[in-house]
Amino acid sequence: MAKMDMDSVFVGVDVGASRTKVAVMTPERRLVGHSVEKSGTDFTATADRCLDTALRMAGAEATAITKAISTGYGRKNVSYANETRTEIGCHGKGCYFYFPFSTTIIDIGGQDNKIIKLGDDGRRISFKMNRKCAAGTGAFLEEMSPRLDIPLEEMDGLASRSTDMVKLGSFCTVFSATEVLENIRRGRKVEDIIKGLFFSVIQRVVEMDALSPKVVMTGGVVAHNPYLVKMAEEKIGRSILVPEHPQLTGAVGAALYGIGLATIE
Amino acid sequence: MAKEKKVVRKKIKATGEMNRIMAEYFYELDNASKTGERKIAWCTSVGPAEILRSLGFLVHFPENHGAMLGATRMATDMIPEANALGYSPDICSYLTADVGAYVKGISPLTRAYKGIDGVPKPDVLVYNTNQCRDVQDWFAWYAKELNVPIMGVETHRGVGDVTGAHVESVASQMEALVPPLEEISGNTFDLEELKRVVALSKQCSDLWKQVLDTASNVPSPLTFYDGTIHMGPAVVLRGTQQAVDYYHLLLAEMNERIAQGEGAVEDESYRLYWEGMPIWGRLSAHSKLFSSLNTCVLASTYCNSWIFSAFDPDDPFRSMAKAYTELFIVRSDPAKERYVKTMLDFFKVDGVIYHDAKTCPNNSNCRYGMPQRIEEMTTLPFLTINGDLNDLRMISDEQTKTNIEAFVEQLEERKN
Repeated sequence: MAKMDMDSVFVGVDVGASRTKVAVMTPERRLVGHSVEKSGTDFTATADRCLDTALRMAGAEATAITKAISTGYGRKNVSYANETRTEIGCHGKGCYFYFPFSTTIIDIGGQDNKIIKLGDDGRRISFKMNRKCAAGTGAFLEEMSPRLDIPLEEMDGLASRSTDMVKLGSFCTVFSATEVLENIRRGRKVEDIIKGLFFSVIQRVVEMDALSPKVVMTGGVVAHNPYLVKMAEEKIGRSILVPEHPQLTGAVGAALYGIGLATIE
Repeated sequence: MAKEKKVVRKKIKATGEMNRIMAEYFYELDNASKTGERKIAWCTSVGPAEILRSLGFLVHFPENHGAMLGATRMATDMIPEANALGYSPDICSYLTADVGAYVKGISPLTRAYKGIDGVPKPDVLVYNTNQCRDVQDWFAWYAKELNVPIMGVETHRGVGDVTGAHVESVASQMEALVPPLEEISGNTFDLEELKRVVALSKQCSDLWKQVLDTASNVPSPLTFYDGTIHMGPAVVLRGTQQAVDYYHLLLAEMNERIAQGEGAVEDESYRLYWEGMPIWGRLSAHSKLFSSLNTCVLASTYCNSWIFSAFDPDDPFRSMAKAYTELFIVRSDPAKERYVKTMLDFFKVDGVIYHDAKTCPNNSNCRYGMPQRIEEMTTLPFLTINGDLNDLRMISDEQTKTNIEAFVEQLEERKN
């Protein structure tokens, strides 16, 4: 067990539809602990467990928590949160921490996508979330994984081996699934189909809004599928910035909000 | 756990009087429907109601009924009935909810008003396509179902400046309605009576405008959500003395609030403009949400759409034609953008919310780049909410909430 030597830490909790993420930071804005778990059906319990894991990693006791800010779909279910902020605000703050200049952030989450535009001073200029449907989100890949009988974690490697990507034309997840079945029936290689799925995710996201010169990608889908980022770079014709822990950006942003609030107080 | 702020919404005292005159209106229609003592016309909400009243018709507005189905959250269960008859889930959910409710033999009127069995039976159906083509299809369905005559006005669309030619064309269509309506009503058209009705409509419209304009005060004494409820008399009772009397009362209350520095939203910090249809089934939820964020959605194109400044009793047909063609919904995008810009300045707002209503493309003004153009003109930020006027299946509440909260956070960042 790590030595408990932290006097004051700030906690950010991002309870997403798919995963719960916790970031523990020092007042000097150093990320010292983090954890990710499936959100499951009891958001409060999951957030508690994630906190325990992240505090252990940080070497901090719960009593050292100066402020805890929650964000994400289940932000109102976190028992130890002092305040809540939206995931839009937290992703913006988290990304600006790593890339302190004007950017467009593409966050691909389990249930929704976000496009957030920040100015040079880190202030948000605009944001958009995907519409009601799950096309282009992590849920789309989660839906396709059992249909192809391919575990989610194997998708990235398979897509990178594709030599002849399958083009999927449909906007809708259900219709895309039908297209996938049609391609299986025609004997297309599974890696080519998966690359087509990745391309579909990218297409759904980039058509949400115009992108500024510098683009950052975050979220669980990005964290687990580096090849998807490479494809996105090819699609937009420039390199994409990815923070060290792309899945934790919202949680980091929430912790940073806490540090900011404590400074004001 | 972060505590949710408890929201207390301020009640408008005049609401009781509004409920009374609305009840009177519905009972009068119901009585006529049951006894046949008076003829009943169904009319679109921005149709030639003044002509109908001048000929002695009582007027029922199916759009009002559609909105009631939405506000009572009954609509979503009715819509599939109409879908099964061949009316797509993608078309006007007022139409599908109203037709579905008829098929199921259900009406919110029976729940709200004891003794009323349903919508009143029409003797004639009169539309104006200025709202959209769907109203015509809607009325056509009833014309066939109930074997009732249908007639109407085919309006111009994408109108830039309203010209004499537009006015003549619509005015002559309105005049052409008179002979068949005389026959159905059994009454002879009386120009003086039409002038009297138009004068009352004009008074109603002017007072309604004054009520809505009070929202330019900081803090605003009323919200958009109040407006969607209190516009009832301006829609269904314009052309009557009751509507005029009611808006005198409501205006006095709003002015009293202003005099006392009383805002509709406690500690109003942000002021927003709503562009597009209301989400009827979420009026209360959204009103509470915005209040909890100290944000007042205080003005809208929608509530302003029952202001008819051009009405002139001395020239009733031409002035009605002008008023019903000046309507925002039939105008070109440049004309709409000029209008919205004027409203944003007048009401001193911090941002705009566009409602992209799935089943109402005609009144979703965010699909051809308008929000971006208006943002460029005004530098005011905007948010687009995906939803629907009536079909709650088209709404993601959690996503709407996150979007709204994030938008208010953005406004906060801009102010700091």
